Amino acid sequence: MFFSQLALYEQAILALAAVVLLLTFLMLVHPRILSVIKLFAWQGLAVAATTALVAYDANAPHLYISALLTLLLKAFFIPWLLLRMVDRFDLHQELDSLSHPVLVLFGGIILVVFCYHTTLPVAAQLTAITHNVVAICMSVVLLGMVMLISRRKAVTQVVGFMALENGLFFAAVAVTEGMPMVVELGVAFDVLVAAIIFGIFFLHLRQSIDSLDTSRLSRLSERERD
Amino acid sequence: MEALIFALAIPALGIVLLLLLGHSRLGGHLNSLLSGLSLLAAVLMARSVLANGAMTSPEGFFHVDAFNVYLIVLTAFVGLTTAIFSRPYMDHELERGRLNSARLRLYYASYQGFLFTMLLALASNNLGVLWVAMEGATLSTVLLVSLYRTPESIEAAWKYFILCGVGIAQALFGTVLLYFAASQVIPDPSKALLWSTLIAHAHQLEPATMSLAFGFLLVGYGTKVGLVPLHNWLPDAHSEGPTPISAVLSGLLLNVALYALVRMKMLTDGALAGHVSNPHIAGFLMMGFGLITFLVAGLFLHRQKDIKRLFSYSSIEHMGLMTFAFGMGVPLATFGALLHMAVHSLTKSAIFITVGHASQIAKTQRIDNIRGLIATQPAVGWGLLLGTAAIAGFPPFGVFTSEFLLLTATMQTWPWLTAALLVGLGIAFAGLFRAVQPMVYGNRPESAAPIHVNMWPVIVHLLLVLWLGLAIPGILAHWFDQATQLIAGQGVL
Repeated sequence: MFFSQLALYEQAILALAAVVLLLTFLMLVHPRILSVIKLFAWQGLAVAATTALVAYDANAPHLYISALLTLLLKAFFIPWLLLRMVDRFDLHQELDSLSHPVLVLFGGIILVVFCYHTTLPVAAQLTAITHNVVAICMSVVLLGMVMLISRRKAVTQVVGFMALENGLFFAAVAVTEGMPMVVELGVAFDVLVAAIIFGIFFLHLRQSIDSLDTSRLSRLSERERD
Repeated sequence: MEALIFALAIPALGIVLLLLLGHSRLGGHLNSLLSGLSLLAAVLMARSVLANGAMTSPEGFFHVDAFNVYLIVLTAFVGLTTAIFSRPYMDHELERGRLNSARLRLYYASYQGFLFTMLLALASNNLGVLWVAMEGATLSTVLLVSLYRTPESIEAAWKYFILCGVGIAQALFGTVLLYFAASQVIPDPSKALLWSTLIAHAHQLEPATMSLAFGFLLVGYGTKVGLVPLHNWLPDAHSEGPTPISAVLSGLLLNVALYALVRMKMLTDGALAGHVSNPHIAGFLMMGFGLITFLVAGLFLHRQKDIKRLFSYSSIEHMGLMTFAFGMGVPLATFGALLHMAVHSLTKSAIFITVGHASQIAKTQRIDNIRGLIATQPAVGWGLLLGTAAIAGFPPFGVFTSEFLLLTATMQTWPWLTAALLVGLGIAFAGLFRAVQPMVYGNRPESAAPIHVNMWPVIVHLLLVLWLGLAIPGILAHWFDQATQLIAGQGVL
């Protein structure tokens, strides 16, 4: 099946999925904390746009609510919260550079290939678009994990965590046209509470280790207590 | 069904009530009272299930069958006894200056929040809501782990939050895939995540999607169960948080996560049955992860210097054993695992209560500095010794019975693995007693002084475990057998 043969809205979903993947890769290696947060806001916007698109096409009014929730939470509230932290702790020029960005990028590419391969059996009976979207959602989830592992600063780790959530949300919308409303609301509530708790944590981290550098969190290990 | 709504509404109301309540001393009493009312409602609910069988609420939001009814009662019960223990414990911590009254208020409100999410996860018919409740349990406890605001506790809470958050996110992806598979066969999308609908259509679910979904669900809920290599958050969160939280994390949270995993396995087994070359892949995965967890955690017991880390590794070890047993899937193993869930959570919460007192007596959690407990305060010393004997699998306690059943089942189905289990049990036994023996015996150290303790929760828990070891009451055996029929296809009685 060729791209041009798909319905217009399917083309749009695929294009947006590609944008989400691209943004995830940018977030993965971008050294400046401020830019990573902005990229994350754009990713949230892309996910919200997809949700609205699916809602329009599938004529599912409840999806407009989730689109609005995503827009408010992922594109505005959480980036705003993080930017406020940046202001408060004066991290405007702060860098969180990876030691081996090329290695991380190549690892990410391999992960994407792996995701396409893993989802092959699932996609066998389904349309090409679902295959692409399932694979991209899974990639975004796994890339979010890579970001959590490779980053050192608490702020960028939180962005990784939330990017991972974006991938999940994208999967729920694009693959299944949204989960039941009660689940969507519950998930959104959990994300909101998580964002607030992260905010509290920044203060605690600042107070206790005088830094948002989580690589300094190394007091608890099996060896140290011997 | 009304009783179930009450059992859930009481802790939900309790969150608000305890947050508004400024006076900290009253908070402890109110916390116990609310947990007691919740237990009462849960028992009433269990009675009606006993009389009428499994039930689903009219709009399909809740579903109670033989599998979750006893877990709901157990959760409410351990919630009550731990609440009773935590009042004097937290007051003592307040006196020692480890926290202030604002944080104590946060503690009591979060405690009710945790109970609410646990009960909701168990009673919910909707697998999406089950996920939301599991994530809610992390959120409600994460600020409790960092309650003392020491650098260590903040590190532990950060690790707990990130690891469990990421882990549980995998479970959400698995749930999305499950919903995707279900929406192909169940026309009404609002019913496609309901357990009661899904299990009826399990054989129609698309096998390839279901195996992929189970992979994600295993990683997700497995993180919460504490399966190696996803267990790193567990000892840290247990050792740095307040002891009542360690007791409920070990006694309740791990059980509920395993409950979720077993439900998912039932669906996957149903979908794969007769379709593909390897219909038992879900069970094999659980057996593998369970056995590795069991053996690795047993070895780690020998390296521990902190008393709460020691017993949290023991929890990991027991969760591994249960995961292994559910993975085997034969009726006898399932029956044993159900019994083990109950006796482990009773014994482990009793142990953590005693450990809390012991570390308050010695004013430290370091095993090397806790000495002569029996000489200092016999009730605490004997409680720790008997609790450890029970958890290590000594007869006549209930853990012995369930482990014996599990060993018998292993011998019938996978005889070669019996050796691994026996070796693992031996290693764990040695690891526990090597640490506990010098702590309880010996002379009373100069610095140790008896404190005010309430040993009733420990005594009640250990008596129940003893009772379950000597004779399982008919009602309970009947429930376990029905749950075994649900999970394994046939009963053992």
